[in-house]
Amino acid sequence: MNLSVDIAGVTLKNPVMTASGTFGSGMEYADFVDLSALGAVVTKGVADVPWPGNPTPRVAETYGGMLNAIGLQNPGIDVFLERDLPFLNQFDTKVIVNVCGHSEEEYLRVVERLADAPVDMLEINISCPNVKAGGITFGTDPVATERITREVKKRAAQPVIMKLTPNVTDITVAARAAENGGADAISLINTLTGMKIDVKTRSFVLANKTGGLSGPAIKPVAVRMVYQCAQAVQIPIIGLGGITTAEDALEFILAGATAVAVGTANFFNPRATVEIIDGIADYLQQNRIEDIRSLIGAVR
Amino acid sequence: MKKIETAKVISQEEISSGIFSLWLENETVAGSAAAGQFVNLYCNNAGRLLPRPISLCEIDREKGRIRLVYRVQGKGTEEFSALKAGDTVKVLGPNGNGFPLDEAAGKLLYLVSGGIGIPPMLQTAKDAASAGTVSVMGYRNADIFLANDFAAHAKCVISTDDGSFGIQGNAAYALAQTAETMMPEIIFACGPKVLLAAVKKYAQENGIPCYLSMEERMACGVGACLACVCESAEVDGHTHVKNKRVCKEGPVFEAGEIVL
Ligand SMILES: Cc1cc2nc3c(=O)[nH]c(=O)nc-3n(C[C@H](O)[C@H](O)[C@H](O)COP(=O)(O)OP(=O)(O)OC[C@H]3O[C@@H](n4cnc5c(N)ncnc54)[C@H](O)[C@@H]3O)c2cc1C
Ligand SMILES: Cc1cc2nc3c(=O)[nH]c(=O)nc-3n(C[C@H](O)[C@H](O)[C@H](O)COP(=O)(O)O)c2cc1C
Ligand code: FES
Repeated sequence: MNLSVDIAGVTLKNPVMTASGTFGSGMEYADFVDLSALGAVVTKGVADVPWPGNPTPRVAETYGGMLNAIGLQNPGIDVFLERDLPFLNQFDTKVIVNVCGHSEEEYLRVVERLADAPVDMLEINISCPNVKAGGITFGTDPVATERITREVKKRAAQPVIMKLTPNVTDITVAARAAENGGADAISLINTLTGMKIDVKTRSFVLANKTGGLSGPAIKPVAVRMVYQCAQAVQIPIIGLGGITTAEDALEFILAGATAVAVGTANFFNPRATVEIIDGIADYLQQNRIEDIRSLIGAVR
Repeated sequence: MKKIETAKVISQEEISSGIFSLWLENETVAGSAAAGQFVNLYCNNAGRLLPRPISLCEIDREKGRIRLVYRVQGKGTEEFSALKAGDTVKVLGPNGNGFPLDEAAGKLLYLVSGGIGIPPMLQTAKDAASAGTVSVMGYRNADIFLANDFAAHAKCVISTDDGSFGIQGNAAYALAQTAETMMPEIIFACGPKVLLAAVKKYAQENGIPCYLSMEERMACGVGACLACVCESAEVDGHTHVKNKRVCKEGPVFEAGEIVL
C-alpha cells in the first residue's frame, strides 16, 4: 500500500501536513505527536523582521468554527533560522516555510534568506485577511498574484506553493494567475473573512473587528473550491479548510487535492494529524486500494 | 507523549448562585499539577470547538483528583454544569506555570483575588510554606463562596462591592486597608484586570514583590497559535516581540513583566 505523494519533485511520506499558523514551528505539538510521522510541517508565517501581531482578543468561537485575527505575529526570519528550523530539521519530515510580508520586497527578502537553508518548499501567504497591508491584497488581484509569483520564483531555491484566499468571486482566476506566474503548486483555502458581535456588550468580539473563519464550518466551501481549481489548473493542489477526520481528508483528495493540511482541528485534538494518517491507511486497506494517488481527483 | 485525558466526574455541586464546584479524577493530570496552573476542558457539543481554560482550585495528588470552581458564563460552562458523578469529560493539563511558591517561602504572603479569580488561590494557600498567609477575597455581594475552605490555611479578609459583607470596596482596597497593620512581604493576585492593575500599583508603590495571574482568550491552549498573548514590558525571549503567551509563559507573571 502506498501513502506517499509527490509535489513538485518533493516526496511526502503521506499526504497529511499541518496548516500554517495552527502548529507554530512544531515545538509545542511535538509533545503530542511524533513529527516524523507527518507528511510535512508547514510553519507559521515568517516575515523579514519580528511582527507583533494584532491587539487581543484575537480569537472567537463560532458554531463549528472559529474566527482569528492573530495578525501574523512571528519572531522573524533570523530567529526562525537560528531556533525553529534546526528544531524541525531533527525530524524525518518535510519542512514547508510559510512566508508573509507587507510588500513585495519583504516577501522577497525572506525568500532570499531561505535560499540556502535546509527547507523543502516555500508556501507564500498572499491570503491573510488580518493584516492591513500586503497579504490578501496580493491574493485578490490576479495581476498582482501572477506578478508576485513570478518574482518569488526568480529568487526561490525551493519549489513554491502559492496560498490562495477564498475571499474572491472566482478562485480559479487566482489559481490560473499563480500557475501562469510559475507556481509549482497552490494551497487553498485560507480563512473566510467573518465577524462576531457580542450582544451583551454591543461591541465586536475581536479587537480587529473582523477575523478569519476556520474549522469544520468552512469545509464544504473549501472542498468545492479545491474541486473547481483541480479542473482549472495542472499544478498540484494542497487542500485545507476544516479537516478534522480521515473522511474529511479523503473528500479533499477525491476532489483533486494531492495533499491536505490540518489546521483548527489541532486545537481540539492535538493528535488529529496522526489519527487522520492512520484513518486514511485504514480506508485504503478496507477498500483494497493499493495507491493513494489513484484517489486524487477521482470524483469528477 | 501528552494527550487529552478522559477524567471521571466524582461530584459536582452549585456552591453559590451560578458558581459550580467540580471534582474530577485523572491521575495523569492531578499527579503533576501545581497551584496556579489551569486545565483545558473540552465540550461534548461538537459545535463548540475550543477548550475552556479553568484554573485548578484544589489538587488531591493522593487520590489523583482535581477540583475546579467556575462560574457559568456561556454555553460551554453551562454544558459543564450539567455533569454528574460518573460522567466523563475531556481534559488537557496541567497547563501553564503556576504561582512561584518558593518565592513566598518564609514570607508573609498575601493572596489577593476577586470573583472567579478566587478559586486558584485555595491550592496556593494550601501549598505555600509562607510565614503566614492572608487571603483577601473580593465579591460582588454577600453571595460569597469558597471563603470557608480558606479558613484552615489563611487569615481571611472579605470585601464586597456593595458593602453587604465585610469591607466595602474591591480586593485591592481591602488589601491596602489590611496592610496598614500587617505589611505583606509578597503578593499573589488573580481576578479582573482592574483589580490586577490596582494591586500592581500598590505593590510597586510599596516595593513589594508581586505576581499576577492573567486571563486571555485562547485557541490551542498549548503555546502554538499566539491567540492568548498579553503585552509585556520587554521583548519576550520566545516571541521576540513585546508580548507573552498566557497559556505557556503564564498565566502567572511577575507584575513588572506585564503592561496593564
Ligand atoms: C488561565 C485561565 C484560567 C481561568 N480559570 C477560571 C476559573 O477557575 N473559573 C472560572 O469560572 N473561569 C475561569 N476562566 C474563565 C473561563 O475560561 C471562561 O469563563 C470560559 O471559557 C467561558 O466559557 P463559556 O463557553 O461558558 O463562555 P462563552 O462566552 O460562550 O465562550 C465562548 C468562547 O470564549 C472563551 N471565553 C469566554 N470568556 C472567557 C474568559 N473570561 N477567559 C478566557 N476565555 C474566555 C471560551 O473559552 C470560548 O472559547 C479562566 C480563564 C483563563 C484564561
Ligand atoms: C490561529 C490561526 C492562525 C493562522 N495563521 C496563518 C498563517 O500564519 N499563514 C497562513 O498562510 N495561514 C494561516 N492560517 C490559516 C490556516 O493555515 C488555514 O488556511 C485555515 O485555518 C483553514 O484551515 P482549517 O479550517 O483546517 O483551520 C491561520 C489559521 C488560524 C486558525
Ligand atoms: S492559546 Fe494558543 S498560544 Fe496560547
